[in-house]
Formats: sequence, C-alpha cells, structure tokens
Amino acid sequence: MNVPDNLRYTSDHEWILLEDGIATVGITDHAQEELTDVVFVELPDDGRSCDAGDPVAVVESVKAASDIYCPIAGEIVGGNADLEADPALVNTDPYGAGWIFKVRVNDVATVEALMDAEGYKGLIG
Amino acid sequence: MTHILRRVSENIQETPLAALHVELGGKMIPFAGWNMPVQYTSIIDEHTAVREDVGIFDISHMGQFFLEGEGAEAWLNTILANDVSKLEVGQGQYTFMLNEDGGVIDDLIIYRQAEGKIFLVVNASMIDVDYAWLDKHLAGGLTLTNESDAWAGMAVQGPNSTALFAKLFPGRELPARNGMDIWEQDGESLVVCRTGYTGEDGYEFFSSAANGSAWFQKYIDAGAKPCGLGARDSLRLEVCYPLNGSDLAPTRTPIEAGLGFFCALEKGDFIGRDVLVKQKEDGLKERLVALKYTGKGAPPRAHYEVYSKDGELLSELTSGVLSPSLREGIGMAYLPVASAKLGTLVDIDVRGRKFEAKVVKKPFYKKG
Repeated sequence: MNVPDNLRYTSDHEWILLEDGIATVGITDHAQEELTDVVFVELPDDGRSCDAGDPVAVVESVKAASDIYCPIAGEIVGGNADLEADPALVNTDPYGAGWIFKVRVNDVATVEALMDAEGYKGLIG
Repeated sequence: MTHILRRVSENIQETPLAALHVELGGKMIPFAGWNMPVQYTSIIDEHTAVREDVGIFDISHMGQFFLEGEGAEAWLNTILANDVSKLEVGQGQYTFMLNEDGGVIDDLIIYRQAEGKIFLVVNASMIDVDYAWLDKHLAGGLTLTNESDAWAGMAVQGPNSTALFAKLFPGRELPARNGMDIWEQDGESLVVCRTGYTGEDGYEFFSSAANGSAWFQKYIDAGAKPCGLGARDSLRLEVCYPLNGSDLAPTRTPIEAGLGFFCALEKGDFIGRDVLVKQKEDGLKERLVALKYTGKGAPPRAHYEVYSKDGELLSELTSGVLSPSLREGIGMAYLPVASAKLGTLVDIDVRGRKFEAKVVKKPFYKKG
C-alpha cells in the first residue's frame, strides 16, 4: 500500500499536502482501492469557508457515494476540474492527478497536528 | 469517508459459499438478510466480464421449492399470474405471485420438472413469505417442500458460458432457452436452468449445498470470473429486469411495471386477476419507465426524487446506476402516465443538484 512520507493523513482516509499555506486534499491509495472504480466526483464551490470535519465533496463509485470531509478549517480555493472529465484519476493517481480540492488553511499548525505516514500505516494495518 | 470500511452486522445468514468468497477477496455486505459479496475486484470489471466473456454469481441465497402431486399445475395456475399449462415438461417460465390487490408479492421462475412436479426459484428475502403464502392456499393432495438450505446455486452468465458448460460437462447438452435439466452425477443431483438476469446467454446451476464451493471453484478454474451483487444489479438494470422490493412491490401490479406479458388474464381466475383486468380496462395512472440522463452527471440511485421540468415532484427512482456498458446514468421510476411518454424530459435530484433525464425505450442495453 502506497503511503507517501511527505503527506499528512486523517482517520477518514484523506491525505493533505501543505505548501505555502495551501492544503491540497485527496483520498488515499487505500481508500481508492476500497472504493474501486470512481465514476463521479462532486467538487466543492470555490470561496466556501469550512470547518474541520465538514463534508465538502462526494466521491462516487458505481455502487456507493462517499462524503469527503475538509480535514482542516479554511477556505476552499479550487477543485480539480480534470476529475469532471476523468473521475478515474482518483484510482489511477490518487496522490497526484487525482487530487480533489485545495484549502487556504486558517492555521498551519492544525495540518501539522494530523497523522503522519507512520501513524496512518498503523491505522490501516 | 469512514463508511467505505464495511462491517457486517451479526445475526445474518451465510450461503455455503461464504468462506470461499472471503478467500477469493470478495467484499461482503448485508443484502436481503444475507452476507453476500458486492464485488471482488470492481463492479465495472465484473460487469464487463459478463458482457464480453463469462462470469459466475453465487445465488445460493435464493429459495428452492418443490411442489408435487397430481394436479400441481392446475392448482398453481390459480395462484400465479402466468399460464402454467403452457409449460412442457422440462420448460420454465417467469411469473408473479400476487396479493388480492394485484400487487407483486414476488417474481419467480417455475420449471415443470415432470408431470405433477414443479421446481420454483424465489427471491432470497421472500423465501418465508412465499412458502407461507403457497402453504396457506395449498390444495389437498399436494406436497410443498422448501429445500432452500439443501441447495447451492450459481448463475453462469456471458457469451462464453455455453463453452464453459461443455468444458465441465463433456457430452452433456444445455437445455434450450428457459429449459431445465436435472441429473445425477457421482451421487449428487445437479440442476441446470437456461435462464438468467443479465441479458446475456447463460444458466443457473444448482448443486448440493455441501459441494457448492467446490463447483464454484471448478467454474472459476475453467475460466469464469467471480462476480458480486454490484455487477448483477448494473447488468440487470441495463436490460430493465426488475428487482423485487425496488421496482416491484406489493402496492404495484405487473401491468404498472410493464410486465403484463407475463400475466395470462385469459387463462381463468387467479389471485389478483380482477385488479389486473380492471387496470387494463380503465387504463393506468402510473407506470414504470426507463430514464436516461441527457448529459453527464452523478450516478442516479434508488429513492432519488424525480421532478417535472416545471419543478413538480413526480416520483422517486426505484433503481438507478451509472451504466458500465453505456457510461450513462440510467434508472427506472413509476411516473404519472402524462409524464411517461417516450421523450419526456424530467430532472433527477442528486443531493440538491438536478440532472436532466429523458424517458426512453426499454431496455437500455441490447446485445449486438
């Protein structure tokens, strides 16, 4: 199972990459494998402010819809428009082209407080 | 997204193949009171295997009854909607068990195994209900037995299913479409019924519960891909085969569901007939239609609301899926007849967003 060292993780299987106060969020390799074929991604609206734990996006496979939560408080500053044409990028490149949305975080310390790769590996066994 | 990690609740029934499903990597979910694999690899993968090659499904959760005695056919003709007298020995038919209001208790397939001997295959969640209903009305001199626990069942479906049968049973021929065959092999009764629920050529195969896993594995070793309930649902919906409890209900008649072809109103009296006759005379208020997205959108699913283009709430979807073969959103809903004409546009509400859909001809998918 691919769990990159440079990311932070939530127990809800989202990953977070923090760069210059902007967090890029996606779902982990483990999560995409559990979901299998992603056929639709509903992206959040730009400019929306959200708290940690707010459901902001939906990832759907043929059989199930799964909420994606905003892992940290902040403001949504963009969804991955490429997913509209090719939702399967979430499966094929979950940590790269399959990212879902970006958040301008209110407090970078809240990102650093999230699980690191070792912690997440422990969670998924 | 914690709920992707599924856990099966306690007190749920398991088929004789349950351990094998887990061994094969099946993701188990509760379905109709049974712990069943929803998928092994992915729904699209398994769906495609059935459309293009051959797949195998565990259907051991479904029920098997045997009805025996002189006059079994004549009695069954007063209970079920289709005409049993049309069945030659070795033939089967799709039919309905209706309540007094003409509503669907269950849709089932019956086979005339011999003179005075009928084999019935019923839906998993309806085994007890169907048995009680038949038993309550049972005529003297007839014997009804519920052998659901004694049998394992598997559906082998896809263009290469016939070749697979020839490989496993050299010298034995599959019955014709809708036919059944039963034979003894190594001390075990085996049944094959040439029907299916996918729109592909195929058959249902029944063995003893004890040997079910061994047979399932033999089919896999011979080339069948194990498939879960997810693919079974997307395959059947593409060809508009109804799912009892979703597209069929005790409050809906087969006429409203567009399945009047399987109701023999001319054969004489049967439970529910009067209501069907009246519906035919008076015309329907609502009927089950096929809906297809006009553009891209979130997968339609059962219970999503359906609105007219004027914003009036019309109904809800009884089934829905993003069709793996067509890559389009498809679904079915009971709509008022004024909104049920081919070409009518409606909107399907998905979490507050509306996606336009059109009433189209059934089925969505046709081979070739």
